[in-house]
Amino acid sequence: MLEVLFIGLSLGSILLLVALGLAITYGAMGVINMAHGEMVMVGAYVTVLSGIWLGTNIFVAIPLAFIVTALLGLLIERVVVRKLYGRLLDTLLATWGIAILIQQAVRLEFGLSFLGIHVQGLGPGLQNVSVPSFLQGTFSILGADINRYRTFIILVTAILALMTWFIIYRTAIGMQVRAIIRNPKMAAACGIDVSRVNALTFAFGSGLAGVAGVMMSGFKTVFPDMGTSMVVDGFLVVVMGGVGSLLGSVLSAGILGEINGLVAAATNDILARAVVFGVVIAIIVLRPKGLFALKGR
Amino acid sequence: MSISRRTLLRNTAALGAFAGAGLPHIWNKNADLTYAAGGDIKVGVLFSLTGGLSIIEKSLHDATMMAISEINAAGGVKGMKISAIAEDGASDPKTYNEKASKLVIQDKVPTVFGSYTSASRKAVLPVFEKRNNLYFYPTYYEGFECSKNVVYTGAVPNQQLSNFIPWIIKTLGKKKFFIVGSNYIYPREMAKVSKILIEKNGGEWIADEYLELGHSEWGSMVNKIKGSGCDVVLSNVVGDSVVAFYREYKNQGLTHDKLPICATVTSEIEIAAMGAEYAVGSYTSFPYFQAIDTDRNKAFVERYRAFVKDPKAVTHHALESSYFQVFLWKQAVEKAAEITPAAIRDAVKGQEFDAPNGHVKIDPDNLHTYLTPRIAQWLPDGQGKIIDAYKEPTIPLPYVAYGETPTNLFCTGKGLDTVKLKT
Repeated sequence: MLEVLFIGLSLGSILLLVALGLAITYGAMGVINMAHGEMVMVGAYVTVLSGIWLGTNIFVAIPLAFIVTALLGLLIERVVVRKLYGRLLDTLLATWGIAILIQQAVRLEFGLSFLGIHVQGLGPGLQNVSVPSFLQGTFSILGADINRYRTFIILVTAILALMTWFIIYRTAIGMQVRAIIRNPKMAAACGIDVSRVNALTFAFGSGLAGVAGVMMSGFKTVFPDMGTSMVVDGFLVVVMGGVGSLLGSVLSAGILGEINGLVAAATNDILARAVVFGVVIAIIVLRPKGLFALKGR
Repeated sequence: MSISRRTLLRNTAALGAFAGAGLPHIWNKNADLTYAAGGDIKVGVLFSLTGGLSIIEKSLHDATMMAISEINAAGGVKGMKISAIAEDGASDPKTYNEKASKLVIQDKVPTVFGSYTSASRKAVLPVFEKRNNLYFYPTYYEGFECSKNVVYTGAVPNQQLSNFIPWIIKTLGKKKFFIVGSNYIYPREMAKVSKILIEKNGGEWIADEYLELGHSEWGSMVNKIKGSGCDVVLSNVVGDSVVAFYREYKNQGLTHDKLPICATVTSEIEIAAMGAEYAVGSYTSFPYFQAIDTDRNKAFVERYRAFVKDPKAVTHHALESSYFQVFLWKQAVEKAAEITPAAIRDAVKGQEFDAPNGHVKIDPDNLHTYLTPRIAQWLPDGQGKIIDAYKEPTIPLPYVAYGETPTNLFCTGKGLDTVKLKT
């Protein structure tokens, strides 16, 4: 039973890992960022490429992927998203287009494949990342075999969630972000540089997705389409938790993960997935603003 | 412009006259002229070069092109060069259907080589049956198909499982099977055949579980395998799910020496993608492995690597079939009196060829291929060590799950005997 609960927790942590960045960009800025999954993919490719070309392991890739994807996020915000604030559907379409661009850029090796140049680690093929041996296999707690790599993901997710909480609730810039979530115009009137804070927020959210990608690369296949399905799961978590609520995202990821794990253990994975979607539908019908909605004025 | 009755009549008459003029051309008795114009024989090559399946299908495309270029370099067919018209199926059955129609109707090719998934083969089948054209399909598949317009050169279930299941029970001494697969027709048909063989050989299956195709979260399933009390896992998992499955398997502390995965889909290409350390000690059953230790196969691997300009490229079963089926086609064209799909189809019956995997032969009845079943254990370098092989090629039985035997064939040159299928 402990093993089943652990797998549920692990599923929840993976959901949260992807949703954390979305909770910030969607929650704080009202941007439906369809390119979020591609940020995860880019993070995974940073791990693959740094392994091949720099010979470094997954730990070095974490800060590296954060920097690369944060800069990419900053670029996207400056060039595209900035012009579309307040136009929800337009951001959805624009970022979806960006998602396709990023996917194809990786698949075509940034256009080099047209010139017959092949970059090892890029291209349409499947890539893999080798995980340090102390993260492979299991260790025992109370007679249960616990998966080391999944434990590592849970730890990293917990650290990232705490870090995000600290930045949003305990720093000056976090206070500005929260002010913008409540009312961007009023925040601007109080002297907050909304466009600068938004750019930084978007970059931070993208950077978190990059770290999620590093974690994913350790136990999933890395390929250009890998992010597409993840972004759907991410939105499920954010919508169910309540837009703009970090605690809501944490709890809904945990609940969905455990439901998935328990139903899968009792019946099968296909049914578990259906039950998860059913629960999310029930919650947004009963509580349209999610589990923890901010009370707006 | 309004259409009056008079203009309508006139236009219809003109159309009729045009069609009348056109028909004798279509009914040209000397069909060679249509199919081999200008000293070239055109053939279609239809694999996905884009989309999720392009990873594997690109290698099948390359192997087909390599065979065509080798034949051309050696003088072509009947003194004519083969000119390949390559189309992209884009990992989408609907696109496959459109491209197949284009190749058959517009380009008038007498044969198309193509498809990796059963879904794409099923999507193009109506095109070839309706136009009485010819399709060469190189992938191992679930059987249960009998078309006089398709030549199947990959393994069918009896060529992957008839040797594998008895070997697992007798040689490995494993009796309790956990069957796991991706949720679509191929793994489900494979499971059906497996269960018959397991029960016949005195084993038992304790679970038959599926996960969505492309799903990569294996935590719950592997935990279930662990608690099930099985002593062997039979995997029909397909695609990139394979990679996540083997990784999760090791990460939950399962080892192939105690509880081996015996797979029907995991090939060199999946092993390379997951990292060989996750598969070391597990088993796969295929008629072809890159590690087959013959000069002919070694030379084939070298030529393939040179052809794709990648010194580390791996070869696998469907790739090898993509290669040798072009040679079988060439021999059929040479034997056929005229270059039409029907004549090539009749000539390909019973054709034999020394392929990289060994001797292959097209069954004259069901147009499937005699292949040699082999079992390999995966080594740390990502290659299989062949530990069991049939002495000679075995007959293909696409309806083995429904009671087909070598002496009681369901699919013959006359088509499928539906009476036998029902009983």
